[in-house]
Amino acid sequence: MINSREIMETIKMIDDEHLDIRTITMGISLLDCIDSSAEKACEKIYEKITRLAKDLVKTGEDISRQYGIPIINKRISVTPISIVAGASDAENYVMFAETLDRAAKATGVNFIGGFSALVQKGFTKGDRILIESIPEALAKTERVCSSVGVASTKAGINMDAVKLMGRIIKKTAEITADNDSFGCAKLVVFSNAVEDNPFMAGAFHGVGEGDCVINVGVSGPGVVKAALSKVKGQDFGTVAETIKKTAFKITRMGQLVAQEASRRLDVPFGIVDLSLAPTPEVGDSVAYILEEMGLEKCGTHGTTAALALLNDAVKKGGVMASSYVGGLSGAFIPVSEDAGMIAAAECGTLTLDKLEAMTCVCSVGLDMIAVPGETPAETISAIIADEAAIGMINQKTTAVRIIPVVGKGVGESVEFGGLLGYAPIMPVHKESSAEFIDRGGRIPAPIHSLKN
Amino acid sequence: MKAVVSVMGIDRTGIIAKVSGCLYNHGVNILDINQTIMQNIFTMVMLVEFKDGSAEYNTVMTELDEIGREIGVDIRMQHEDIFNSMHRI
Repeated sequence: MINSREIMETIKMIDDEHLDIRTITMGISLLDCIDSSAEKACEKIYEKITRLAKDLVKTGEDISRQYGIPIINKRISVTPISIVAGASDAENYVMFAETLDRAAKATGVNFIGGFSALVQKGFTKGDRILIESIPEALAKTERVCSSVGVASTKAGINMDAVKLMGRIIKKTAEITADNDSFGCAKLVVFSNAVEDNPFMAGAFHGVGEGDCVINVGVSGPGVVKAALSKVKGQDFGTVAETIKKTAFKITRMGQLVAQEASRRLDVPFGIVDLSLAPTPEVGDSVAYILEEMGLEKCGTHGTTAALALLNDAVKKGGVMASSYVGGLSGAFIPVSEDAGMIAAAECGTLTLDKLEAMTCVCSVGLDMIAVPGETPAETISAIIADEAAIGMINQKTTAVRIIPVVGKGVGESVEFGGLLGYAPIMPVHKESSAEFIDRGGRIPAPIHSLKN
Repeated sequence: MKAVVSVMGIDRTGIIAKVSGCLYNHGVNILDINQTIMQNIFTMVMLVEFKDGSAEYNTVMTELDEIGREIGVDIRMQHEDIFNSMHRI
């Protein structure tokens, strides 16, 4: 039998250290909803999502109650809408976003991802219409998340798309200005986008996936920090081992919940995403883990090395605990969603440039970063280009979720609420990147992409 | 199905009686019990088993929640698999 000490350890992780299952995400293929009539396609989409996901939220709640583990989010990801809507006669895809929003509300999920396009090498007609529809779609819907893949190691960087996304982000910020440009918090620009990511705002259900699948994202920065506080002053071998053991335990729980959800919903289990996802609550921060390793403040010299160790050890510990690992799998560093990152950005130790360096060694990228509303579209495009280059060269996923908050400048902050937290407005470089961005075309794929 | 019932709180008379009484009333069998008091904090861990004649899991859980509120202790019941998966390979 499990002994009392182990039982108490698990309870302490859940109660005091914010251990939770961050999300159960149901991936749903909409390829069989394609129709030349946009209205008919939307009807089919609504019917399919509400049919397959009708028990998702209740099942999540039942599992949470029976196992005594919080499951924070229940979500849905769908086939990139540019593919589904591209076959239709529609000249604007806002109605598809509204359909997804209605389906999300009907099923009770808090976000639905997949208002997306993959344009790393070029645009189809559907891709262009979808991207142009993003600002209005995000303004008119509540729960729809959007993502655009603009680069990959195999294809290079579509700089036309990078340029366009700078403009789209600015437009989304302006159209949702009354709400502190909140629309941008639901929009991600990717390099090497993954098809089975359960986390928002970048989740979509790739075309290589099955009809319906359950993916689970675990979390637990607080648990890792608590474990590290017990090995203060010990060498990095001990630090790495401690993180690995903790990640193993966290992931085992994710695997259990994923299998149980899959069984109860009669939907195949896809992957467990081994990410450390912070929340704005104190004690649930990735930055505090780095500080626990001995850094006075996240963002100071040594932060990138600390994060590299953390990210690698989480994967090594987690990979054996799950039969299928996928998604983004790594530490997230969203500024507004992490109390330690917020504090470090507020005092100026954590800068955009340091964050960029950190994204070279951890999951995802420049995430939930608020910048001045007057930041030019070309500068945002250039920030995206830098991130895309890091992803392309390092054969990893990188992303940009940046919010140019209309009417606000450095020294002010913006409140998004809930899990999205609040963020100080961070300065960007004043020098122009416009001529660089205006060139357009494609940055070719790197030499090491030629592996065949 | 087996579950772990854990009870934590300030020690007082009748905690074990109340919890085990509730389990008995619902036909839930107690397989193992471990109890300690550390610095006046009462800690009890029980391994229980639901059988064919047992009440519904949620019914028992709701009643345990009520007892916890009534006597001022924290009572939780969790499927044993969460501990097995986390602590055993």
